[in-house]
Amino acid sequence: MTSIGLQHYLILAAILFSIGFYGSVAKKNGVAVLMGIELMLNAVNINLIAFNRFLNPDVSVGMIFAIFVIVVAAAEVAVGLAIIIKIYRERLTTSVNDIDWLKW
Amino acid sequence: MVDLSPVVFWTISAIVIGSAIAVISSKNIVHSALFLVLTFVSVAGIYATLTVDYLAAVQILVYAGAIAIMLVFGVMLTKRGDIRESNLFNQYKYIGLLIAAGFLIMTVYMLSLTEFPVVAGPIGSSVELVAISMFGDYVIPFEGAAILLLVAMVGAVMIARGGNKKQ
Repeated sequence: MTSIGLQHYLILAAILFSIGFYGSVAKKNGVAVLMGIELMLNAVNINLIAFNRFLNPDVSVGMIFAIFVIVVAAAEVAVGLAIIIKIYRERLTTSVNDIDWLKW
Repeated sequence: MVDLSPVVFWTISAIVIGSAIAVISSKNIVHSALFLVLTFVSVAGIYATLTVDYLAAVQILVYAGAIAIMLVFGVMLTKRGDIRESNLFNQYKYIGLLIAAGFLIMTVYMLSLTEFPVVAGPIGSSVELVAISMFGDYVIPFEGAAILLLVAMVGAVMIARGGNKKQ
């Protein structure tokens, strides 16, 4: 059996990113769009940690970046959910097709 | 570098990809949220195969423990109509699939062309490395991240605050 290398992790992250991208553009519910964004951020974290571990294992820059990505993801999902709940109160919908106040 | 049995990696990868596809394809958004928890936990397993134990623990605590629960709260607070039809596709179902598949094929092709200079490194706990960097070179971004979290939480509370119109 071949051993697992950097390419395996990168391809796994690419697949996960594509799934998250598809979910965030093709879903109707605003909460599902946030779920797709979370999947994409997870794929980015896998990439950062794999590069750190395989290419430069003596420093921890990739891991630090992954921690900051997690922090920003938490902030993003909190604010995004607050906006979705506010829109739901005003319009009684969470469908991104109905959120068109800025269109004319 | 990591001397792990490939069976572990393939198993965890299959769980990651399968549950991520289930997040997207499930028609019930509560099921999507539960599959999202499964995805986060199995991504923590991927981190464990990379011997990054600290981030595996953070992944389970923050993603599976906090972010997924917040998303479930969001689902529960905005539920309307039939829950079995709560997570449908919009009009970009096919063109989005086309673009995502094109991106994936392009990325994998470019990865197959690239030679990475892989080096062998020490295998051990990553907590010490992370701690030294976090409170040494990166202490200012660390404080900035703390302020960002505080501002985001206060902002989320202000945006979602309930309906007393007089205030």
